[in-house]
Amino acid sequence: MAADKNIKILVVDDFSTMRRIIKNLLRELGYNNVVEADDGNTALPILQKGGIDFLITDWNMPGMTGLELLKHVRADANLKDLPTLMVTAEAKREQIMEAAQAGVNGYIVKPFTAATLREKIDKIFERVQAGGG
Amino acid sequence: MNTMRREQGSSGADLEAYRRAAQQLLEHVEAGDGEGAQTVIDDLTHLRETELFRELGTLTRDLHEAIKAFNYDERLADITSQEIPDARERLNYVITMTEQAAHRTLTVIEGSAPLAQQLAEEGGQLAERWQAFQRRELNVEEFRELSRELGGFLERVQADSRQISDQLNEALMAQDYQDLTGQIIRKVIALVEEVEANLVQLVRISGQRFEADGPSRPARAAEDAEAASERMRRGEGPTLPGQGGDDVVSGQDEVDDLLSSLGF
Repeated sequence: MAADKNIKILVVDDFSTMRRIIKNLLRELGYNNVVEADDGNTALPILQKGGIDFLITDWNMPGMTGLELLKHVRADANLKDLPTLMVTAEAKREQIMEAAQAGVNGYIVKPFTAATLREKIDKIFERVQAGGG
Repeated sequence: MNTMRREQGSSGADLEAYRRAAQQLLEHVEAGDGEGAQTVIDDLTHLRETELFRELGTLTRDLHEAIKAFNYDERLADITSQEIPDARERLNYVITMTEQAAHRTLTVIEGSAPLAQQLAEEGGQLAERWQAFQRRELNVEEFRELSRELGGFLERVQADSRQISDQLNEALMAQDYQDLTGQIIRKVIALVEEVEANLVQLVRISGQRFEADGPSRPARAAEDAEAASERMRRGEGPTLPGQGGDDVVSGQDEVDDLLSSLGF
């Protein structure tokens, strides 16, 4: 059930250190095709240009938040099925439910471990490959 | 402002009353009516007292409004009683987190540096003997020993470099403190800015008395609720350990439980 390691992943976080951490973890997992954006406003044009297979986004960012970005993605006919994983320090139940309602595919609270990231990514790809949402 | 009001007051009806009383007093005195003059003087005293009371009333109201103005700023009260201690706790948490991250990284260095050093030394020694072998300087017995040691070394290279790689991953993860503490520090900066703005406001209202009434309490409560929901939408930032209560998950396991209860 291994996912295609050549997929293009967009990592969105306003902290460059966190982007590097996620990028390095992805490389460790075999994913080398990673692009970065520092908030929803810079991420959206990259997504709209096409070619992104997987989105990993923070929530709390200046400019457009991750939740707003997710809503934009789900509202866009070309992007609505894009697998999206939220990696955030936001830990309110209400927020997690809101992200779920907005159509997030996975939710990781910071601080997280490499194992958690691997597990959630694998799980999302399993679902995608099984054709379920 | 109040002085002006007072002047206007005494220049109007009051002055007229004084003028009339003075006229009556003069009439009584000229007519030799001592009793009548005494009555007018009593009236005048009464008039003077009434004015004093009114003055006292104005002062009391001013004082009351000034006190109300201070009490009124609940936000400032919240900041002093809750948010400053909260900010202190947050900054202490930042110190703890950065300290932990530094230790995590240092532990990784202390653990993996000797491994790398040892591999380099052993590799160097074996390379020398390997070159000797290539120059055909080793006898059969020496070659057998070299071969055995090479075998052992290759196994150690495998195990040790895997360990170093794990350690580097640990160092990588330790850097997440920058994001989390950065978010906390940003919130404290926002609080400091708010305190500053409130202090400026306080200086303003104590310099010149409060004029119009601000929004009513229920309206303020609605504003607060609105602000809270906006904050949640924008993102609240990291929760401090042991804080946040029941509406905050304590870790990834609870996130997973919550999502699976929603059918994820």
